Amino acid sequence: MRPFTYERATSAQDAAAKAASMPGARFIAGGTNLLDLMKLEIETPTHLIDVNGLGMDKIEEIDGGGLRIGALVRNTDLAADKRVREDYAVLTRALVAGASGQLRNKATTAGNLLQRTRCPYFYDVNMPCNKRKPGSGCAAIGGFSRQLAVVGTSEACIATHPSDMAVAMRVLDASVETIRPDGTTRAISIAEFHRLPGDTPHRDTVLDKGEMIISVALPRQRGGTHIYRKVRDRASYAFALVSVAAVIGRDGRGAVALGGVAHKPWREAEADALLPKGAGPVADRLFAEAAPREDNAFKITLAKRTIASVIAEAREA
Amino acid sequence: MKFDTPAGTNPIDRMTVVGKPTPRIDGPLKVSGQAPYAYEHQDVPGKMAYGYILGSAVAKGTIRSIDTARAERAAGVVAVVTHRNAGKLGKGRMNTAHLLAGPQVEHYHQAVAVVVAETFEQARAAAALIDVDYARDAGRFDLVAAKPDAKEGTGSDAPSGAGDFEGAFAGAPVQIDETYTTPDQSHAMMEPHATIAAWEGGKLTVWTANQMINWGLKDLAATLQLPVENVRLISPYIGGGFGGKLFLRADVLMAALGARAAKRPVKLALQRPLMANNTTHRPATIQRIRLGCARDGKITAIGHESWSGDLEGGGPEAATQQTKLLYAGANRMTALRLAVLDLPEANAMRAPGEAPGMMALEIAIDEMAEKLGMDPVAFRVLNDTQVDPENPERPFSQRNLVRCMEEGAQRFGWNRRKAKPGQVRDGRWLVGMGVAAAFRNNLNQKSGARVRLSTSGEVSVETDMTDIGTGTYTIIAQTAAEMMGVPLAKVNVKLGDSSAPVSAGSGGQWGANSSTSGVYAACVKLREAVVAKLGFGPGEAVFEGGQVRVGNRTADIASAARGGEIVVEDSIEFGDLAKKFQQSTFGAHFVEVAVDRYTGETRVRRMLAVCAAGRILNPTSARSQVIGAMTMGVGGALMEELAVDKRFGFFVNHDLAGYEVPVHADIPHQDVVFLDEADDKVSPMKAKGVGELGLCGVGAAVANAIYNATGVRIREYPITLDKHLDRLGEVA
Repeated sequence: MRPFTYERATSAQDAAAKAASMPGARFIAGGTNLLDLMKLEIETPTHLIDVNGLGMDKIEEIDGGGLRIGALVRNTDLAADKRVREDYAVLTRALVAGASGQLRNKATTAGNLLQRTRCPYFYDVNMPCNKRKPGSGCAAIGGFSRQLAVVGTSEACIATHPSDMAVAMRVLDASVETIRPDGTTRAISIAEFHRLPGDTPHRDTVLDKGEMIISVALPRQRGGTHIYRKVRDRASYAFALVSVAAVIGRDGRGAVALGGVAHKPWREAEADALLPKGAGPVADRLFAEAAPREDNAFKITLAKRTIASVIAEAREA
Repeated sequence: MKFDTPAGTNPIDRMTVVGKPTPRIDGPLKVSGQAPYAYEHQDVPGKMAYGYILGSAVAKGTIRSIDTARAERAAGVVAVVTHRNAGKLGKGRMNTAHLLAGPQVEHYHQAVAVVVAETFEQARAAAALIDVDYARDAGRFDLVAAKPDAKEGTGSDAPSGAGDFEGAFAGAPVQIDETYTTPDQSHAMMEPHATIAAWEGGKLTVWTANQMINWGLKDLAATLQLPVENVRLISPYIGGGFGGKLFLRADVLMAALGARAAKRPVKLALQRPLMANNTTHRPATIQRIRLGCARDGKITAIGHESWSGDLEGGGPEAATQQTKLLYAGANRMTALRLAVLDLPEANAMRAPGEAPGMMALEIAIDEMAEKLGMDPVAFRVLNDTQVDPENPERPFSQRNLVRCMEEGAQRFGWNRRKAKPGQVRDGRWLVGMGVAAAFRNNLNQKSGARVRLSTSGEVSVETDMTDIGTGTYTIIAQTAAEMMGVPLAKVNVKLGDSSAPVSAGSGGQWGANSSTSGVYAACVKLREAVVAKLGFGPGEAVFEGGQVRVGNRTADIASAARGGEIVVEDSIEFGDLAKKFQQSTFGAHFVEVAVDRYTGETRVRRMLAVCAAGRILNPTSARSQVIGAMTMGVGGALMEELAVDKRFGFFVNHDLAGYEVPVHADIPHQDVVFLDEADDKVSPMKAKGVGELGLCGVGAAVANAIYNATGVRIREYPITLDKHLDRLGEVA
């Protein structure tokens, strides 16, 4: 870990302005990912802006429907919230499928969205990695890629986004609300929030320098059965090989998003429309542009079969 | 004491303390944080400094240059040691690769430097400032590619057999010929390798985590080129080993070098991401098994070959060991072949040989039973042997495999299993049952102890034996209490100090039987000394209830030490009974699994182990050993694999997020049954090892249950969902 300076932010705008003006500044909230990465010198911020004291830890109802989740609401509290459990059950299910109780107690809503990939080559500083060190190459391509992305990849990066929560938010059409250094705010749809790697895989999201998440808005609840299925090599405490977040109505219509397959939660409107036709057409649509590797080609079959399982579960519900 | 004839009746047979379920006596210390582990000793003189190891960034090559200037100038840094300033180093007898690289690099994450600083954080930060320029060499990292060049084993690893295997196999009416693979595995114990080193003049003391104190002592002395008497190892509590701490490792050497350079005590723990590649691992195997049977199910030919890899000078994984002994059959062949690989050093992990060997053999047996149309329990029972099949004049000392199988089948409800696979559904789950034999040889090692009777009548035991979480403290205390007729609370046990008599150490599941036998021997001597002090003369002495009785003379045991404590020392040495009698441990593993027919995920539903392992010294800790081993077996069956990057030559998933071991949610209810046995040919304790037996066969039982559930046979471990996903049938 490199030496760094530290301050507690006094307001959201102050935090954003400081982060924009200081090279090497990073926000820290729960720190469950950032501190690990700093110990390994994968992240080497020179200044940490602690945003834990900024409030932003409430879940509030939005006039006309929907919920606004403060950036600092802890994963445990979000999962346990009665309104979330009742109206956005897919989100609760996704949250409790992730990490461990201790981590969820600490991890925040914004931090969860901003966590870095778990690609093993990203984690080993001896290895080339375009995400960690732009231009150094990608050791994962041609290497051990079992966990990695099959769709939306580039020649520079095949990393996945590891969040479960984000996959549920994608299916719920959440929007990410931010404040910029100049005090202006904007709402970014979750569909646009995470980027594909392209030739700049070191940028995970569309956030600008200094821009800080202040909340995540969920639109009015989506009717139907809420399901989150996370498939992995052990029963708990592992990142998804494939996960499926779905909300499916009595008529078989609904929405489906996948985790573990791409650099961002993976969903397509055309695929949603095919849900009544079954898992095959949905998966074919979602993976039309897939470019799997030998180690991870199974994910396409796995995703298709997991979607089938989810559709069957919704039908029986 | 020499043990060279079967044990007669002795005081242990009373089983008033030995054999009773006994909570571990060190438990309260551990749960209250008072049992100091290697990194935690507070009684080290001098101001502690902290070490951090830099591992090599390349798998094979040469260090062209190494620039430590920036690290040396960094805040808090006291010393930096590399091969350039470490002084002349030897190499331990048990090490294949050197523990400090330079200029040659022998494997990825081999230690290149240690930074010593005032704080851990400063040492870690400074280690990242060392600039190393490597000349990278091409290496051999792929076992499949290296297999054709593998060399046949020699000595105890040489091919063995009996009869005419090739002829009998060719002529067998029912045959199987299959290849199985097991991956590289990591010990992944909770406590990383850790050491505090302190020098006093030319004398070195290390507080470390080591299973085999005397091996570590000798190899540390050899590496530092010191006289053995100038080195002391202290390792009273160890947070798991599984074979990963059998040997001197880089933590000890680098802490010692760091402390010498810093002229201060240094503490150091291997960072978790270093452990998979810096330390040893269980090597991957490719195993070919051929079985020939008569139509009645009798095995006529059994052949097992295994290929594994290691660094130059290393050894093969003896995966065919059990196949020499487990089943009858006149025509037999086993062979080990070793390929040279430039991956990190392969070495022993829990039940080396049998653990991966049984993973393969016991699938093959299941496959043959199916081909014969026989129940796999009945097939194993039919092919039992009571003698060493390669040397039929040599009987087993005791062998109750058949009872384990039959009792297990009855308890598990084996008769409810459908012989035809893929028949049982529970919602989206495909349900199946599997069985495998458990087999692991019983090994004994010379083991010594010193025992004292204090003036207050307390008994103390001192030995360099270790407790790696297994419960050694407790069984040693039970042994001394039984022998001396005092309550458990009157016994003190001191372990893991090289200043105590040399013991068997913890490895190869020999620790429990060997070390308690050493304590037995010392206690026999102490009993004689007590009787002599009391002047009781000849006659059979009875030690019980804190008293000593010979004929009609009785005295408090404490009174013997009234004039001063009595101290004696002895060791147990094992004669040739292991040559005359094959000594092994046996069991049967039964497993029920469910496989999600959509996703291919496997969930273990029930597990049962029935074990025949001689006298069980402490059913509580023995059960803990077996359920832990069963858990490890599930890991091996379903998820554990060090992923090899064949280009860069290293294990990629080198932390506990990437190298998955079972979590609580993976492990269902586990039942363990011990047969009531006492094996008088193995030791005066009549006990055998059990900690490794519990692992051997579990993986295959899981694999066979998966097959019974799905009808898809997987022969490559671990059985992850991708291996059978596309063969589980269409889903809507």
